[in-house]
Amino acid sequence: MKKLFTTLLALCLLNTASFSDVKVGIILGFTGPIESLTPDMAAGAELAIEEVNKSNHFSLGKVSAVRADSTCIDSSAATAAAERLITSDKVNGIMGADCSGVTTAILQQVALANGVVMISPSATSPALSTVEDNNLFFRTAPSDARQGQVVADILKDMGLKNIAISYVNNDYGKGLAASIETNHKAAGGKVTISAPHEDDKGDYSAEVGALAQAGGDILVVAGYLNSGGKGIIQASLDAGAFDQFFLPDGMIGESLPKDIGSGLNGSIGTVPGTDSPGDKKFEEMAEAAGFKKGPFAGESYDAAALMLLAMEAAKSSDSQKYKSKIMDIANAPGEKIYPGELKKAFHLIMEGKDIDYVGATAVELIGPGESAGNYRQIEVKGGKNETVAFR
Amino acid sequence: MDYLNALALITNYILLPGLTYGSQLALGALGVTLIYAVLRFSNFAHGEIMSFGTMVCILFTWLGQSYGINFGFLPTALLFLPIAILFSVIYCILLERIVFYYYRTKKSDPIVFLIASIGVMFFTAGLIRFIIGPSDQSFNDGVRFLFTVRDFKNFTGLNEGFGLKTTQAITVITTIALCFLLFWFLNKTRTGKSMRAFSDNEDLALLSGIDPNKVVLLTWVIAGGLATFAGVLYGLDKVYKPFIFLQMLLPIFSAAIVGGVGNPLGAFVGGYIIALSELFVTFAYKKVLGYILPEGLGPDSMMQFLSTDYKFAVSFIILVIVLIIRPTGIFSGKTL
Repeated sequence: MKKLFTTLLALCLLNTASFSDVKVGIILGFTGPIESLTPDMAAGAELAIEEVNKSNHFSLGKVSAVRADSTCIDSSAATAAAERLITSDKVNGIMGADCSGVTTAILQQVALANGVVMISPSATSPALSTVEDNNLFFRTAPSDARQGQVVADILKDMGLKNIAISYVNNDYGKGLAASIETNHKAAGGKVTISAPHEDDKGDYSAEVGALAQAGGDILVVAGYLNSGGKGIIQASLDAGAFDQFFLPDGMIGESLPKDIGSGLNGSIGTVPGTDSPGDKKFEEMAEAAGFKKGPFAGESYDAAALMLLAMEAAKSSDSQKYKSKIMDIANAPGEKIYPGELKKAFHLIMEGKDIDYVGATAVELIGPGESAGNYRQIEVKGGKNETVAFR
Repeated sequence: MDYLNALALITNYILLPGLTYGSQLALGALGVTLIYAVLRFSNFAHGEIMSFGTMVCILFTWLGQSYGINFGFLPTALLFLPIAILFSVIYCILLERIVFYYYRTKKSDPIVFLIASIGVMFFTAGLIRFIIGPSDQSFNDGVRFLFTVRDFKNFTGLNEGFGLKTTQAITVITTIALCFLLFWFLNKTRTGKSMRAFSDNEDLALLSGIDPNKVVLLTWVIAGGLATFAGVLYGLDKVYKPFIFLQMLLPIFSAAIVGGVGNPLGAFVGGYIIALSELFVTFAYKKVLGYILPEGLGPDSMMQFLSTDYKFAVSFIILVIVLIIRPTGIFSGKTL
């Protein structure tokens, strides 16, 4: 009797494991300070899922996406949303979260406890490189330790020696500001002031007053484009404190030049991106699917694609089984896989061959499972963000 | 020349923003203080009434813009300000009739009014988010600057300069005009005098034949109008964001209490005291001292008393000091 029961139970488990659909949780800040970026990011991830479903070569069945709101800044709301994804929606992996603070919170309080893989497309805090993750956490975005280097290089090339930094007072802002400061000083530059600002204030003239007194050739605004970062730039222009701004990845989006107007022309910035053929391909696919290839949309596509390819390689949607395959899929050796070639990738995996997922953003995972980092150098010209170089 | 540079710096970063912000606080504090004088309770919903009026103004501005209406180099919103005032006055009268009238006839304690006003505050905040949503709106479409910092520098040849925003000029001029009007009304007209009489001694005023309902309604009309002015001017000068009106309650109440609650002149002066001290205390004086002190004595550090993070703490500190040393406020209003 006991044996029969265990066999039945085992059969049931086997059934659910091999025939049920795969669910991917997409947790991004659909409300909050980067809400203008997240619709495109979610569309990017869903594009990958749709492609997998259309390929009919995914051996674990149909894939469905479940969206949840990370709010970008409210850790308790984000962990509650992630908890819901895992316990009630029973997702097999999480594509997200977006901002560094909520990503850390979800990882430590929900993903680790439940043993679910997380692949973030946009959390860039250097602290996430060393966080305890049981090999469950990956990111297709590079660490800001790398962005700090790129920013310092650009500043050096443009001959901007004295910089002032205003950063949003959270994990993302602090990490990025520290990284830029270290790298800029190492390159022989000077940081006149590095001061925090809070999001969601009505008035930033006092903050800008302090920044202006310290002075500098350029103001680095390590904040968010729909919130405090925009306020700081507007107040700086109003007071005539700075004419040129450096906009790291959290500040790159079409809404910023539109809101600020001509005052932003001539400002420079960085956002993860690459000139690999995958980027062009992804742009076409996004256009065909009816959304724009905004910042981090490619990273989102790659995050979702990597997760599903790893599941296929492990022949299981169990996080504990497929987590070890993610690095193999993302890196050489193997045949290069670009966006739109997921069907081919499934074929190759089925034949037992190696693949090297390149994707939309030339993914190469290093160290604890984070992107090595390619950046576009942006310049605002005529009210538009234009890519002037790749780093 | 060096003194001029230092003066230009202070004007650009402290005086102009301080006067503008102070005017906005003063208009808000006047409304709070009037309600306190006549109805004898602290109206916590005042911030949200400001927000409500501004929201109506923005909605009508959008409507007007879609018909191609504009106001030349001035912001279009000013054209629709009267309509917005009408709406927020109606809203205030509704609040009075539906919520506060009941407690007034029951002669409830001020604390009951206060709690009811907090309820009104949350209701109004919800209503606003329901109608216009929680995100920020810029609706200033006029010419942004009367002159910019660069214009000023080119004109005078100084190293430092200050710019004057159109909205800063509008804010300060409107506030001063409104205050004159209000003081004239309170001191010279019969209705104004009856309001002051009612505020001084309710029973005596009743005996002299003053209609309390009329006085109360009039107070709400004036408070609603001032609140809309304050909200729209703040929104034009900075940005309209439903979240900030809760944050603004603290400086507005500090301004009213520092000046002497229930005293309109106190509220007016209190607004400027709070705004200017917030900026003076958190400003970094490095460059200013560099200009004023002899060559080579300029400091290397930022010379900042308090980080700008503590801006709101300044209103708190002033509030506490005033309540300890002079509980009636500078212009002796009522004690809280």
